[in-house]
Amino acid sequence: MVDLRVKIHKLDLKNPVMLASGTCGFAEEINSFFDISKVGGVFLKGTTLNNREGNNYPRMAETASGMLNAVGLQNKGVDYFIDYIYPRIKNYNTPLIVNVNGSTVDEYIKVTEKVDQLEHIPAIELNISCPNVKEGGMAFGISPKGAKTVTREVRRAYSKTLIVKLSPNVTDITEIAKVVEGEGADSVSLINTFLGMSVNAETRKPRLSTITGGLSGPAIKPLALRMVWQVAGAVKIPVIGIGGIMNAEDAIEFLIAGASAIQTGTALFKNPVVPLEIIDGIKDYLLRHNLKSVSELTGSLHL
Amino acid sequence: MEKRFVDDFLVIDNIQLNENSFLVRMFAPKPLPEIKAGQFVNAEIKDCREIFLRRPFSVFDIDYSNNYLSIIVKILGRGSNQLARVIKGDTISLIYPLGRSFTYPSEHEKILFIGGGSGVAPMLFLAKDCGLPRDNVDLIIGARTFEDHINVNDYNGYGKFHFTTDDGTYGFEGLVTEHPLMKKNLSSFDKIYACGPLSMMKAVAAEAVKKDIFCEVSLENSMACGFGVCLCCIEPTKRGNLCVCTEGPVFNIKDLKW
Ligand SMILES: Cc1cc2nc3c(=O)[nH]c(=O)nc-3n(C[C@H](O)[C@H](O)[C@H](O)COP(=O)(O)OP(=O)(O)OC[C@H]3O[C@@H](n4cnc5c(N)ncnc54)[C@H](O)[C@@H]3O)c2cc1C
Ligand SMILES: Cc1cc2nc3c(=O)[nH]c(=O)nc-3n(C[C@H](O)[C@H](O)[C@H](O)COP(=O)(O)O)c2cc1C
Ligand code: FES
Repeated sequence: MVDLRVKIHKLDLKNPVMLASGTCGFAEEINSFFDISKVGGVFLKGTTLNNREGNNYPRMAETASGMLNAVGLQNKGVDYFIDYIYPRIKNYNTPLIVNVNGSTVDEYIKVTEKVDQLEHIPAIELNISCPNVKEGGMAFGISPKGAKTVTREVRRAYSKTLIVKLSPNVTDITEIAKVVEGEGADSVSLINTFLGMSVNAETRKPRLSTITGGLSGPAIKPLALRMVWQVAGAVKIPVIGIGGIMNAEDAIEFLIAGASAIQTGTALFKNPVVPLEIIDGIKDYLLRHNLKSVSELTGSLHL
Repeated sequence: MEKRFVDDFLVIDNIQLNENSFLVRMFAPKPLPEIKAGQFVNAEIKDCREIFLRRPFSVFDIDYSNNYLSIIVKILGRGSNQLARVIKGDTISLIYPLGRSFTYPSEHEKILFIGGGSGVAPMLFLAKDCGLPRDNVDLIIGARTFEDHINVNDYNGYGKFHFTTDDGTYGFEGLVTEHPLMKKNLSSFDKIYACGPLSMMKAVAAEAVKKDIFCEVSLENSMACGFGVCLCCIEPTKRGNLCVCTEGPVFNIKDLKW
């Protein structure tokens, strides 16, 4: 048998296939299709200190090989999560990771401290890369200074596994990755969506209420793969690869480029059972290539 | 949370109903779960390079004995155009069952259905499925012209049909909301159900509010996932922004901010 287990700092994953934040709700929705305990981990919907209604409709525009979204972190706030959602999902037998958001450093810290109290949340993913909110969000993720401050402060408040999610909307993503590693992040996940735009030529109107939004799906895969490869070469902490992963082959490419694990996002909208197909595909691949463990794949790019 | 499925359905037949509407009947690879009027499926569009996401379609009919599920596809853009061309033997991947159904009427209630365009599908399903005698059910079906209407003869046993056309080529000339049943007899109904163009549903809702009659509408916001994870399909309601795909697509008009 092949060994699919992966370790991300203190986090033990039964396999490297995880679900991306904002594309798998609070795990229950995907669990309505298959037993969620089969995946390596679930990154829950982005959570903020207070209730957020998100942006106006329309929030979505289909593009060639992908989609733009402008959800704007709609969520009921961390207290609602703790009181009403967490009790329903806490016994799923897979790591549940809260995607932490804020418009100020203080908000990030407050959310982190509350989540820290939850026994069944072994890690957080610090989202400093949401392109769809006016204040905070990506602002922290596109400058080394912002990334440094928020990572440092949250690290002080949190001793479990801290994953920082990086934005691709920067000139040099390795610079940000190195900064957050320096401030004590245990892992980096990348990438969040690319800032993009869509226009309806007939009406001359933008297709999103916010004019611009985040591009995801196969359209961004080569860019994401390149960034994962660059970052894996620049930091020592494990890298989680995200961006346009639609099948096992895509996932394997990310592992070879240097990712220790991956997240699949937009692919779930087309095929909610895709994580199972990816897990099986990775198993087959390891067998075919006479590899004993998935960790042998990570960073195995032949040059 | 109820179980949901992703499966390849086998096309049994595809019958053209009018110039741009098609009735696609499909065989499910496993026993169908109970599906109620108002619920929908999210269909994959194959071999179409411009299309990335699935497309939602209301369930039009369920035949549990043969394990058939049918939808009516009205051609609007590229995805529906592609789907309308399927032939016997093709497969279509569906995510199902999705969304909440209409509140079914109770015995002895008098009900009015108002459908336009592709919104006719869930109205006919509910008329057939709700089990009320023909006398308790009226249906107003609106279209632009005679050619846009579909043949509903098979449904005559489930209710009394009234047709409208914008140009007067069939039935009453004018909008569904101008039909005499709407104008004069609305108060005689216990429940009103509407599905069709947004402007039509809003007009119906306004009348129902005036007369304080129970009214449900089925919304067609654009969707990415269809099962509540992307939060792209939201409708502002009195309970905040709600996902049309999971909290709807059927809404009581009292909840909407129309
Ligand atoms: C719950 C639900 C049930 C539905 N039931 C049926 C049904 O039973 N039969 C049926 O024929 N159709 C139904 N629809 C509508 C159907 O999903 C759309 O017609 C289809 O997605 C259009 O895809 P397309 O690729 O052909 O058009 P596109 O190329 O995507 O769009 C063509 C044009 O239509 C507009 N448009 C596309 N989708 C929508 C939408 N949802 N609302 C408003 N404008 C839109 C686009 O902006 C564009 O201008 C339903 C939709 C929902 C949400
Ligand atoms: C509808 C939608 C909502 C998202 N919401 C979040 C979020 O709340 N927090 C976050 O960190 N990333 C969010 N993302 C980004 C994804 O987690 C992921 O980084 C991105 O979509 C790229 O991966 P993909 O191409 O596999 O989707 C969202 C993406 C989409 C499409
Ligand atoms: S379409 Fe994704 S939440 Fe409704």
